[in-house]
Amino acid sequence: MSEGAHHPATSPVEDRVAALEALLTERGLVPDGFIEQTIHRYETEIGPMNGAKVVARAWADPDYKQRLLADGTAAIAELGFGGAEGHHMVVVENTPTVHNVIVCTLCSCYPWPTLGLPPAWYKDPPYRARMVREPRALLAEMGCELPEDTEIRVWDSSAEVRYLVLPQRPAQTEAMSETDLAGLVTRDSMIGVARL
Amino acid sequence: MDGIHDLGGMQGFGAVDHAPAEPVFHEPWEGRARTLMEVVLGAVQPNGGEFRHAIERMVPGHYLTSSYYEHWLTAAATLAVEHGLFTREDLEARAGGAFPLSGPVLAPPVTDPGADRGEPRFGVGDQVRVREWHPPGHTRCPRYIRGKTGVVVRLDGSYSVPDVEAHGSARRHEPTYSVRFDAGELWSDAQHGVCVHVDLWESYLEPA
Repeated sequence: MSEGAHHPATSPVEDRVAALEALLTERGLVPDGFIEQTIHRYETEIGPMNGAKVVARAWADPDYKQRLLADGTAAIAELGFGGAEGHHMVVVENTPTVHNVIVCTLCSCYPWPTLGLPPAWYKDPPYRARMVREPRALLAEMGCELPEDTEIRVWDSSAEVRYLVLPQRPAQTEAMSETDLAGLVTRDSMIGVARL
Repeated sequence: MDGIHDLGGMQGFGAVDHAPAEPVFHEPWEGRARTLMEVVLGAVQPNGGEFRHAIERMVPGHYLTSSYYEHWLTAAATLAVEHGLFTREDLEARAGGAFPLSGPVLAPPVTDPGADRGEPRFGVGDQVRVREWHPPGHTRCPRYIRGKTGVVVRLDGSYSVPDVEAHGSARRHEPTYSVRFDAGELWSDAQHGVCVHVDLWESYLEPA
C-alpha cells in the first residue's frame, strides 16, 4: 500500500469485489460458471419454505413433533433437509407461556438448510447487540408484543448448534392441509421475532 | 480477542432495520463476494475458525460501517494475501484505490493444544461459572457472560475447540453445553421474565 502524505480513497466495494475476482480468475481458481451457479443455488434451493414444511409437519403429526423436539437434525433430515449450518439442529417450541428467539451475537450463525441465508438485519449490529439485553423491548419494537407474563428464552448460537423456533399453531386451522399450513409459516416466526 | 464483532449487550445502535422479506442478495456484488469467499477458502485451506477470525480482526470503524458481505469480502481478501495468493498492492492496483484488509493476528500460534476432554465434567442442572479471561485470539465465548453464573440445560456432544483450531493445525476436542443465564445475572437493567442461553465449550466453564 502506498504510504504517502495522504491515503488514497477506499475504492467502491463493487470495484474491490471485481479486483478480487479478477486476481482469482487469472490464477485459474474460479471455474467457468461457478459464481453464477452458486448464486443461483442460494437463491432457489434453500430458504424459509423448507423450514415451513418442517413446522407444518410438526403441527399436523404429533409423532413427528415429538421426534423433532427430541432430535431436530434427524427429524429435519426426514424431510430431506440438512447440510452446512444444519448438522446439529435443536428445535425450541413456543407455548402460550414461553416464547423463543434466536440470535448470534458473535457473527451470523443461522440454520441455512431450513431458513436459507440470514437476512441483513439479523447480521447487523443493532439486532445482535440488543436481543440478548432487551429482548422484550426489541421484540415489541419489531411488532411482536408479548404478554408481560410470557417467559422469553433467547438462544445465542455461539457454538455448533443451530436453532429453529417451532411457532404455535394458529387457532382455527384444524381443517387445513399440511401444504396450506406451511403457507402460514413465516421466516420471522421461525427466528422468533414474530408470532403467527 | 475483545473485538468489535463481540456485540452482545452493547448500547447505542438504535432500531433494527427490519423487513419481513428481502432478496437473498441485495446487490449483484454481494452474491459474487460470497462466492469468491468460497473460492479463497478452497484455495488456501485455512484452519477452522481462521476465516471467522479474519472478520473479527477488521478495524472496528470499518466493521461497523460496512455490510456483512463486505466483511466477508475483506476477510477473504485478507486470507488470500496472508496465504500468499497475491499482494495487497495487486488488489489495490486492480481496484483503483485503497483496499482495506483486516488487522494482524494478535495471538501466537497454538502448538500444544492440550489433551482432549472425554467424559463431560458437567451435567444438566449443574451450576457453572464462565471463566473471566480475555484470550487474544479467536474464541466463541462472548464477553457479556464472562464471570457470570448459569445452569447447564443441554449437553451437545464433543467438538473441536475453535480457540485452538483457528491458530494452527493442532486440535483439541471437548464437550459442549448450552448454559442458561437469568437476565438478572447478566444485566443490572434486566427485563423481567428473560433468560439467555449460550452454547459453550467445557474449558470456558468452571464449577460454581
